[in-house]
Amino acid sequence: MAFTLGSHIILVPLGVAFPFLVLIANFIGLKKKDPVALQLAQRWSQVMAVLFAVGAVSGTVLSFEMGLLWPGLTGIYGDVFGLPISMEGIFFFLEAIFITIYIYGWKRLSPWAHFWSGAALPIVALGGVFSIVSANGWMNAPSGFTLGPDGRPTNVDPIAAIFNQAMAYEIPHMLAAAYMTAGFLVAGVFAVAQLKGHWDRYQRLAFAIPFTLAAIVAPLQMMIGDTVARTVYQEMPIKFAAIEIVWNTGSDEPEVLLGRLNQDTGVIEGGLPIPGLASWLSGFSTSTVITGLDTVQRSDQPPANIVHWAWDGMIFGGTGLALLAVWFILYWLFRRRLPGTPWFYRCAAVAGLVSVFCIECGWTVTEVGRQPWIVYNFLRTADAVTTAGMVRPFFAVVIVVYALIATASVLTLRSMSRRWAAGHTLESGVPVPYGPPDVNGRVAQAQVAATSGSLEEP
Amino acid sequence: MTLADLVAVVLLLAVTAYAVLGGADFGAGFWDLLAGGSRAGAAPRELINRAVAPVWEVNHVWLIFCIVVLWTAFPPAFGSIMTTLSIPIGLALLGIVLRGSGFAFRHEAERLSGQRALGAVFAISSVLTPFFFGAAIGGLISGRVPIGNAAGNPISSWVNPTSLIVGLLAVAVSAYLAAVFLVTDAHRVSDDDMERYFRYRAIAAAVCAGAVAAAGVLVLRADAPFMFEGLAQRGWVLMLLSAVCGVAALRLLRRNARRATRLLAALAVASIVWGWGVAQYPYLLPESLTISAAAGAPATLGWLVVVVVGAVLLVVPSLILVFRLDQQSRLEANALEIHT
Repeated sequence: MAFTLGSHIILVPLGVAFPFLVLIANFIGLKKKDPVALQLAQRWSQVMAVLFAVGAVSGTVLSFEMGLLWPGLTGIYGDVFGLPISMEGIFFFLEAIFITIYIYGWKRLSPWAHFWSGAALPIVALGGVFSIVSANGWMNAPSGFTLGPDGRPTNVDPIAAIFNQAMAYEIPHMLAAAYMTAGFLVAGVFAVAQLKGHWDRYQRLAFAIPFTLAAIVAPLQMMIGDTVARTVYQEMPIKFAAIEIVWNTGSDEPEVLLGRLNQDTGVIEGGLPIPGLASWLSGFSTSTVITGLDTVQRSDQPPANIVHWAWDGMIFGGTGLALLAVWFILYWLFRRRLPGTPWFYRCAAVAGLVSVFCIECGWTVTEVGRQPWIVYNFLRTADAVTTAGMVRPFFAVVIVVYALIATASVLTLRSMSRRWAAGHTLESGVPVPYGPPDVNGRVAQAQVAATSGSLEEP
Repeated sequence: MTLADLVAVVLLLAVTAYAVLGGADFGAGFWDLLAGGSRAGAAPRELINRAVAPVWEVNHVWLIFCIVVLWTAFPPAFGSIMTTLSIPIGLALLGIVLRGSGFAFRHEAERLSGQRALGAVFAISSVLTPFFFGAAIGGLISGRVPIGNAAGNPISSWVNPTSLIVGLLAVAVSAYLAAVFLVTDAHRVSDDDMERYFRYRAIAAAVCAGAVAAAGVLVLRADAPFMFEGLAQRGWVLMLLSAVCGVAALRLLRRNARRATRLLAALAVASIVWGWGVAQYPYLLPESLTISAAAGAPATLGWLVVVVVGAVLLVVPSLILVFRLDQQSRLEANALEIHT
């Protein structure tokens, strides 16, 4: 489950934020009658189609796994936190419908009708993020029920469960992460192109649109993340103790960079302690008291080192991305053009991978940090897992299948980009895998012609 | 009718939608599998590809919707079904994953061998997935799923006469539905050869489905007496309706009545699903868990109904839009040859 979720979470940013990038390019193309931007939008929409297909399949696997692997969670608490997931079902429906209209509608719909069919996508994706992250927030901050004498939830209020305390900060955090990751990943592809010497208007536009978006979001994400951390400090003290590897409760706690906590003795080995910083960050004063891990039994503690290292990874990565974003923004403000130095593009090329790394780290912090609970303070992970003896073979099959799909996706996208680079058009190219034919420049020109009021047919 | 019953009806309708729309997509894969060598099979495969490509994801979402409604509204039933029947459901899931990716990537393979391999993955898993879903349903209706975390037998719950016959029925019905839909698609693009090609196959599939259904009645009498009783007392009207619609759709195939033909064929499949629901009422897990006993908190059910109403208001117009655009050929799938 962790593996499939971990894979799915890479696709999420692309599903949530990629349509927005496509729409920006589409909008520029229509507004300024710019065939290059339109061509970009078309090609991206084909990439979006492939990724959506993979995301749909992987999302199905997840919805089944909730029952196949966690009957104790869905069987007992299904009616408490299932409602947002049902809502996600609806949002996913709408997303599938409009993505279909958008990617297959390039030729036959009028250009603006086509644009507006796509404009539904980011809104629907927002609803999807809201629903899913709200369900995850509920696992961190369960609300909307009381525990009956038989250990089952009673007085269920699904609305209170949706608006749990954790969702308020998890949603902006995830949303910003999605936009950052999609922006940096897509821009990274074209940063590589720049380093290889392909730097026409097409590549410049394809780099500037996603990178600008990501650069705006990255510094905001620092602030959101900071708020999230302080909320975790208040709401989930044990998770916070694991994040900061704090063993004994106390004030003036150091911020330990890296290092290793021995959870049997409470001794921290290695690492670089910065005196008082953890306390100061938690409450803007070194006298802020942080609850230690030893306040709960060993069996109730999460594996602190995993949480701590994932946390550090996220912070290092996120800070690096924010600095890169600041570089870009300052350069733009003072010089009014894209940076020219190869070092910028080398950094930009890896920024997407760094964002994926950050998302995985952040997800590790929130999930592993909650252990041994699956529903914080109510249901232990061990009590929720299936007793059917097929977890291992199931897991093995899932890994093999995902590896195959990942390989196929990468090969597909590479092959698409190779064909585009070679300048194939509808007549000469291999058709795009599951998706509209490569409509290329022909339609771009047709759309420009249509918007400028010409009756000329392509 | 209680709130729980209402949600159960919603669930049944969602299952119906998946059986009809998803079934047609699976059936298309069935005909893809039987289309023969790469030269002979090029024309039918191309038609199948055009028919399936724009809509398969939308059709597929019904399944996800069924799953989440079942788990939100009837948590104990969901846990019991998913754990006892984890093997057939896991295999069906594997089939879904392979089918989707096989379909998505097969056009990409630049060499014929790669296209063949991926096409075969798509086609074979299109047949296996409905079979395993059918097998799981067979285990459910023959009362082999008790309440609890993996409480039933992991093997005999789906390796039994009822599962076998329901699995076969699912494959046959999907094939029938797909063939009828493909006839109308061929007609739309004025492809007479393909129209004839799939008309014969629709009739063959209808005969097979009828034979399997007749055998199914005998199997149910011996292996799932509760379901047999239910069908004999209440469900028979719907079974009859299914047979009538199925035959009527075949009669209409020769005429130019696209919409009516599709509707009748869909109704033939839908009434089988409704017959199942009617016969099984009031049980969710026959003879061990009723709908009312499995129902989650009333507040959740109430809000679920609100969500469903919202969905009807939002999703249905969008669905109508996408199907209309599709039927007007305004959504262009790959127009190029596969397997060339």
